[in-house]
Amino acid sequence: MNETQSSRITILSAISHSLGERKQSPNAGWQSLPRNYRRVGVLTHDQRLQLLEERLTEYGAGVHHCVQAEIALSVARILHLRGKQILAIPVGLSAAYIPLGFDFVEGDLISFAALEKLEGAISNASLAIAETGTILLQTLPGQGPRKLSLIPDYILAIVRTCDVVESVPEAFDRILNTATLPTTFISGPSATADIEMTRIQGVHGPRSLDVLLTE
Amino acid sequence: MTPSVDTTWTGRSFPSVAREMLANSQLRRNVRNATNLIQSKRERVVREMSDWEQLREAGAALRAHALEHLDYYLTEFEEACIRSGGRVHWAVDSAEAQRIVLRLLREKDALEVIKIKSMTSEEIDLNSTLDGAGISAIETDLAELIIQLGEDRPSHIVVPALHKNRQQIRELFARKMNLPDLSDAPEELAAAARRYLREKFLSVPVAICGANFLIAENGAACIVESEGNGRMCLTLPRTLIAIAGIDKIIPRFQDLEVMLQTLPRSATGERMNPYNSLWTGVHQGDGPEEFHIVLLDNGRSRILADIEARPTLQCIRCAACVNACPVYHQTGGHAYDSVYSGPIGAILTPQLAEMEEGRSLPFASTLCGACYEVCPVKINIPEVLIHLRSRIVQGDVGTLGGAFGVWNLGMQAARLAFEFTVLFTSGQKLARVGQEVLVSKDGFIGWLPSIGAGWTKTRDLPSIPAQTFREWWVERLKARGRV
Repeated sequence: MNETQSSRITILSAISHSLGERKQSPNAGWQSLPRNYRRVGVLTHDQRLQLLEERLTEYGAGVHHCVQAEIALSVARILHLRGKQILAIPVGLSAAYIPLGFDFVEGDLISFAALEKLEGAISNASLAIAETGTILLQTLPGQGPRKLSLIPDYILAIVRTCDVVESVPEAFDRILNTATLPTTFISGPSATADIEMTRIQGVHGPRSLDVLLTE
Repeated sequence: MTPSVDTTWTGRSFPSVAREMLANSQLRRNVRNATNLIQSKRERVVREMSDWEQLREAGAALRAHALEHLDYYLTEFEEACIRSGGRVHWAVDSAEAQRIVLRLLREKDALEVIKIKSMTSEEIDLNSTLDGAGISAIETDLAELIIQLGEDRPSHIVVPALHKNRQQIRELFARKMNLPDLSDAPEELAAAARRYLREKFLSVPVAICGANFLIAENGAACIVESEGNGRMCLTLPRTLIAIAGIDKIIPRFQDLEVMLQTLPRSATGERMNPYNSLWTGVHQGDGPEEFHIVLLDNGRSRILADIEARPTLQCIRCAACVNACPVYHQTGGHAYDSVYSGPIGAILTPQLAEMEEGRSLPFASTLCGACYEVCPVKINIPEVLIHLRSRIVQGDVGTLGGAFGVWNLGMQAARLAFEFTVLFTSGQKLARVGQEVLVSKDGFIGWLPSIGAGWTKTRDLPSIPAQTFREWWVERLKARGRV
């Protein structure tokens, strides 16, 4: 038996010795945990979007709206505004979202150094949480591996308005079945408050973030 | 199973280090400014949650439940983590955790590792071990970088360099990064750190992290951060090694919905911190090819046995108690002489050290209860403090020196006095006569001998009045002819 195996037994038996006999099974105990906090939202569709927009704006992110048919047009407009020309896109991003006149590179398989040279990335999002201004990315087609939304200095996230939930618990309900995928909650651009508790935007992650909400 | 690394840094008592800290007015100003600011931000985002108390209730219950079945949940986590390609290691103490990490790094021929801020890594003093083995550990969290470059020690669980202001950080960066023209604007300081670390993120093949939560149900780990340095370390290197206390377990994925609402609000006063990362083992095509997790006991399994102190392990390291503590406000974190400072440090440090070290810490509190009020998992810190004080005193009484010490004899005398009225009143009379030489003109006692000095060193004691309340009462009744 190697060291870590014998330590495993030492630790587990020390724990069970410390805890003694338990009255309930783990499952029964978990089922009866109090959950009297808000699990269901109360806002209307429009109020939810408004709240999300307020939160994102507060974080210093850009918020844009468009209808499904005009996504490519809006993407082009936003990229112009930001002065971006060459961007990473994930495999599986709908061709209908991709405007002409820019350089897009499929980023899933390229090196970190190659990603570092790009000016940003475009990604779908699994959902957004209004109350906390959070965009949720997962390793799925259309969103790609985590490095895409990390190394380039800018992200444009495309979120369908039907994927905007009001609260954190509602978000968890939606991702229960994809819980083991690499998942990133992004709330505004990278920031720090380590110097005198002042929130400074942009440390190691992307320094700017746009969210395009599509009906 | 004694901890192989000292839980305290120097072994000095709280009052002795605190006295030095109190003399440093710059440090006190920095600490006061920062904690006041976090507190007001926290207050604002907590107040807007109509279900805050219910969230605290749920968080406390689920953390207590996880601890009550910790053996079950750890095994469940292990199984799920291995199933998804992770490798699980168990470390009884700091020394074993260090050995495991060192062995893994040697297998990879690693000369450098990038690190995410981790209290557990501080607890086992990993950086010194790596340094001794010729491996350079690069701290990537901005505050940890400030601590590392300044050869300093963390003074706060969440904001380790809270005791430094922007001018001090500028001076440090300018010197260590060779940037003589750097200004003290926080934006510029952060940008300097970005440039300094960028190449490391993209090239160093091994990273070391802690974990905020481990999910038993699916073997996932969760890291909560702000800067993106965490995401860099979790995503880009080929090998990732996490070190987490066995207390980090939560039962199910859904439980995270509670913690991710209470932790950011309590820790930094944000509705949500910029980044939360969740991952399970190894994922083909995304992130490290190897994931190791070291589950560290280091005294925790023993803490579980003390039912009154067990809630200590519910802690999610948000530091709300630290920011709320009036004692911490005055002294800052270094006075606690330990990785864990503030109220949570006062109960955790001595317990991790089997009450062998940090014995002055449970007394470093006024028991005002501010820590309990803000704790997102409702750890009744004042109750645990009192419990630990009594354990320390009981332990002392068990020794000969303790049994005949001034404290114990005094307390035994007080017990008799409170038990028998005759002794109590004659004691009062005796004290009234005895105090005469000590009372100054203004009616206060400014100096007491022996253990009494603990009180009079910093405050005056009102003298015992010529007449006690009881005496006055009896006299009053007599005057009215009722006796």
